Amino acid sequence: MVKPTKVTNNIRSLREAEGLTQAELARRIGVTRQTLIAIEQGKYSPTLELAFQIARNFGTGLDDVFRYPEETE
Amino acid sequence: MVYEERNTWSALIVTVITTIAYVIVVVHAAEGGALTDVEWWPIMAWTIGVSIVATVVVSVLWGFIAGMFDPDSVGTADQRDRDISRIGDRVGQSFMVIGGLGVIILSAFEADTFWIANTMFFGFALAAIVGGIASVIAYRRGLV
Repeated sequence: MVKPTKVTNNIRSLREAEGLTQAELARRIGVTRQTLIAIEQGKYSPTLELAFQIARNFGTGLDDVFRYPEETE
Repeated sequence: MVYEERNTWSALIVTVITTIAYVIVVVHAAEGGALTDVEWWPIMAWTIGVSIVATVVVSVLWGFIAGMFDPDSVGTADQRDRDISRIGDRVGQSFMVIGGLGVIILSAFEADTFWIANTMFFGFALAAIVGGIASVIAYRRGLV
């Protein structure tokens, strides 16, 4: 069983807020629709470059798109 | 299903079928006698040739059919495909190494060329099959 990534994202809500389909956003950032679906579902961690492209597409910073939980002692 | 995943499935299916076919043909050719008496190399050469051609044909035909339903999915590969391909190669490589080590050991003991060649052949086949399975799992379950 693949361990889910700790990195979460709100790509889906940002995408829907802009009225974009998965196919349209995938085309904009240069990936296949299946890859975008995998990223949205947390089944694939995008490269840093791709993460920046996604954030830039929404005109926002990385922190607004991707979240990483705080370390707890 | 994306272009590269289709290609992975095509190679995996063809490799499994041709490897099983190779074993059946060699065992049948032995006619109950020693396997080392079988003229194995034409069978092996044909198996490798047929595998390559069949993989290309299946990939092209599958791509053609899939392209009719989803034209955007034809011939495109992205970072995720490359990452998954690397995982598959890494997993498969270990079996190639095992095959290579087997060849060295068998050569050291002057084993029959049948066993030496077939050890390498099954090293390649297992590398392709296990690497393909790893890639398919990564496509289906995710890669994080």
